[in-house]
Amino acid sequence: MAKINLNNETEYFDVLKEVGNIGAGNASTALAQMLGKRVDVNVPMVRLLDFTEVGGAIGGEEQIMAGIYLQLDGDIKGSMMFLLSKESAKALAGELMGGFGSDESEDLTEMECSALKEIGNIITSSYLNSVSTMTGLKALPSVPSLCVDMAGAILSVPAIEFGMMCDKLLLIENKFSSGADGYLILVPDLDSYDLILSSLET
Amino acid sequence: MAEIIKVGMADLKVCKAPDALTTLGLGSCVGIALWDTASGVGGLSHIMLPDSTKIKNNSNIYKFADTAIDELIRQLLKLGAVRARLKAKITGGASMFAFQSLNEELQVGKMNVIAVKEKLAKERIPLIAEDTGGSKGRTIVFYPQTGKIRIRKVDCPEYDI
Repeated sequence: MAKINLNNETEYFDVLKEVGNIGAGNASTALAQMLGKRVDVNVPMVRLLDFTEVGGAIGGEEQIMAGIYLQLDGDIKGSMMFLLSKESAKALAGELMGGFGSDESEDLTEMECSALKEIGNIITSSYLNSVSTMTGLKALPSVPSLCVDMAGAILSVPAIEFGMMCDKLLLIENKFSSGADGYLILVPDLDSYDLILSSLET
Repeated sequence: MAEIIKVGMADLKVCKAPDALTTLGLGSCVGIALWDTASGVGGLSHIMLPDSTKIKNNSNIYKFADTAIDELIRQLLKLGAVRARLKAKITGGASMFAFQSLNEELQVGKMNVIAVKEKLAKERIPLIAEDTGGSKGRTIVFYPQTGKIRIRKVDCPEYDI
């Protein structure tokens, strides 16, 4: 039986925020190494959203976003998503490749998509690393999958996974100094939530 | 002035023509539009999961295909629709990510569509049209006056069902 109720749990919320903080720090270091320049990350904002607000939580339901999605296995099971606007995605991918494989159009080229998956991979993995270090629990991410579509439609995927256990979605918002806004969503299954939180308590 | 009323995720709204209902960025969720042309009453439900009986935390009736359709019918009748005249159209149920279309268990979109169809059949509401599946999100506007649904996808011209 699950001990926690995600609909009303401010204490756990704070813990996850702290985990988010450390994870974001790790992620920015990884990103800085890739880009070969300094990348700062603001203190992440953690928001607990009602489903009815989820679609519009990131710049409107119809804003075109790029979502990189990974599944988790190991001690912590579930999934994780890194989301950013299409413009930010294009800029970040361009920066990573020094302009190689990019073009003038607004759409993402195949090379850019590939670079984005890698960025998503690194950011989510560094986040998971900090969760693992803090909790002593293993989380193995799958191969990343990319989707460029309306924010509401992309967010429906993690929302549905949250929907299986509660009526809220936990969103971790990171702002990178390069101007790119990124959002992280961690969706552990309910048992994993218990595991994470109980291992943090001791 | 006709209004366009917004329906969020795990949400449900009913209205009277000439008002219309919209839901933006429908992904793996399913939008269920029911209407009665003669009385001009229509409703739109945006469900996330197929079956309330398979999940412990099921107090939110708007989240599940089975409970949301019951509630939708109830609210439509209250607004003056006639049960025997109700018709249905459904949209959504996409697989947004590539791996979702590989793994049966992860095809929530497809499961949602199947569950909605079963429920509609059980309630004997005829399904007039559907635009489901695929890998793209949809924004829809539903006009209960005629039963028309206008669908918009990224990088596609708009079309009606």
